[in-house]
Amino acid sequence: MEAIIASNVSKHYTNHTALNRISFTIPDKSIFGLLGPNGAGKTTLIRIINQIITPDEGAITVFGEPLNPDHTGVIGYLPEERGLYKKMKVGDQLVYLARLKGLSKKDATEKSKAWIKKFGITDWWNKKVEDLSKGMAQKVQFISTVMHEPRLIILDEPFSGFDPINAQLITREILALRDRGCTIIFSTHRMETVEDLCDHILLLNNAEKILEGPKKRIKDQFRASTYIVQHLGSFEFNDEQYTLVSRQGLGDNSYLSTIKVSREESPNQLLHHLIAVTEVHSFVEKIPTMSDIFIKLVGGGDHE
Amino acid sequence: MNKIILIARQEFKNRVQKRSFLIATILIPLLFPALMGIMIYMALQQERNATKEVVHYLDESGLFKPENDRYIFKSFTGSLEDAKRAISHDNSFGLLYIPRLDVYNPKGVVLYTKVNPGPNDIGALRSLLEDQLKETKMRQLRLDQGLLDSLSTHVNISTVTLTETGQEQVSDSNVRFAIGMLFGLLMYLFIFIYGAQIMQGIIEEKTNKVVEVIVSAVRPFQLMMGKILGLASVGLLQFLIWIILISTLSGLVFILFGIEMPQQQMAREMTVQSGAVNPELAKIIEVWNQIPLGYMIANFVFYFLGGYLIYGALFAAVGSAVDSPSEAQQFMFPITIPMLISYFSLFIFILQDPHGPISVWLSVIPFTSPIAMMGRVAFGVPGWQLALSMVLLIGGFVLTTWVAARIYRVGILMHGAKVSYKVLARWFLMKN
Repeated sequence: MEAIIASNVSKHYTNHTALNRISFTIPDKSIFGLLGPNGAGKTTLIRIINQIITPDEGAITVFGEPLNPDHTGVIGYLPEERGLYKKMKVGDQLVYLARLKGLSKKDATEKSKAWIKKFGITDWWNKKVEDLSKGMAQKVQFISTVMHEPRLIILDEPFSGFDPINAQLITREILALRDRGCTIIFSTHRMETVEDLCDHILLLNNAEKILEGPKKRIKDQFRASTYIVQHLGSFEFNDEQYTLVSRQGLGDNSYLSTIKVSREESPNQLLHHLIAVTEVHSFVEKIPTMSDIFIKLVGGGDHE
Repeated sequence: MNKIILIARQEFKNRVQKRSFLIATILIPLLFPALMGIMIYMALQQERNATKEVVHYLDESGLFKPENDRYIFKSFTGSLEDAKRAISHDNSFGLLYIPRLDVYNPKGVVLYTKVNPGPNDIGALRSLLEDQLKETKMRQLRLDQGLLDSLSTHVNISTVTLTETGQEQVSDSNVRFAIGMLFGLLMYLFIFIYGAQIMQGIIEEKTNKVVEVIVSAVRPFQLMMGKILGLASVGLLQFLIWIILISTLSGLVFILFGIEMPQQQMAREMTVQSGAVNPELAKIIEVWNQIPLGYMIANFVFYFLGGYLIYGALFAAVGSAVDSPSEAQQFMFPITIPMLISYFSLFIFILQDPHGPISVWLSVIPFTSPIAMMGRVAFGVPGWQLALSMVLLIGGFVLTTWVAARIYRVGILMHGAKVSYKVLARWFLMKN
């Protein structure tokens, strides 16, 4: 069963269109990257899934059922604009938020205590949020997002404001949640996060879907038949199908060359050609990073 | 519905646990009588200790006798021009000029002062002159004070209201006036204070950015209603505590003055010891006993809830639209206008003429009725007017809550938006 199937989802405002007939599928138990520049429509899409706003047209199913109010308990949402009640104590706050998500008082208390313990912050229970540092508050916020054991977790720029140690802790938790069967949606600009964590990707730009699918397939699709070769001794191509994109001298007659192949050709053929003219020390295909793909697809538009 | 209750309960808990709530709840019932006492005491002290002003007088009539505790009179002889010049250099209060005059038609008395005299000063001097002229006339007409006293007549009209059941009730509009004023003022304060707290709470949630987390779990309407209802219950609790504290305190005061508590079958007690007690006080207590306090409090609770819900919803809408309290000012103004109208009408129309057409209208229109009706209830309101007013009040808050909720659901998610009435209207019309 798919975690989310969206078909032809649109949202229009008076002066602009936020989403234009977007369809996509989020496989169950995957980590799904929702990418796009600012203003692409990511937040609108997330708010629609969270039922904060409703789409003008289109339909969304969550775990096979049409989106309905019961789903708020199934979803855990960490918005980009996030915060906590400053005057409330950490424990009270966690229990309250979990109860709003539909947990009973008893369950809410037990679970928040368990998470507090897991994060090693038991002594914060009676502290007011305003007395916590920003990083500490972020931890509490993360707990409040996942403690009701949602099957679908939506994280909007989750790492902003985290120091590297906490970011690592959260990453570990996210992977553990995925292994336990949760589906996770990441909305982010940080391409390294996408590179490390996401299995599937949806790229939005100007309210339109640009790209969707498994990360591996997308990367294959954007392979540019470019190879990076470290070799001893300079050489020139006289064959038109090979282009030398760049060459960097490493000293002692050693070079690092980027070579683009214009025709459908197996790496072996290029290697064969190279062996004839130089001494090959290393040979790798240049796989595009998500950042490359993002910039290539979106770069033309005007965005921040 | 469960979530509304959950939010309301949390809001209640948060507010009641605040130290400021405890202080306001306990101190205000003590503070108000104390402040009043202090002010009366200070006024008395000021009167007693005031340094007497020097008033020069230039009497050409020969009738004026400088006998008064309030001023030190100094006679001036010479021309009026000299006198005016003379007082402009000293630190006296002024110059009273009494020309040669006809006692039956006194004209031309002038008070020259360096600052604008207050009405008290003019009144004191006028009655002094009037008394002295009267004495002169009495002497001329050979009247004595005893004869005069026997001529002056004082008639006391006691008012009795016939109730629908034919019972006779002694009424005193002064007591009702005071009670109407007290309840009207209290209503004004309550709606204002609690309405402003709603707004402030919502702005806080918005700037804390906790709101998007919450609305992913509950609908914006549930959040808004939960907060409004939670705060309403705080208000009711506070009112209840005040009533208990005030009635206990006033009970203590009554005991201090040697009178039984009014609640304890005062009427029966009165007949037994009416001779011992000041009849004026006895009458006040009798009227006080007739005012159905339970009925007034029940009405207050209803109108507080209704009025608070109407204004609370509007304050909530404003709070959701802005990012800071200072930005809220421009939208507060139109909300406060009906409040101010009913507040001033309370003194100008309602308490003066509780059954006049303006009073009736103000007590029926939902935006003004909470305060206006409180002013009228003590005087007795026909059942149909009360019913109409209540139905309209309920209709009013359903309407404002609906309008406010439509603005609120959009507003809470908007950060840094430049908000005008046009923008609010667009949010209101926006599909969800």
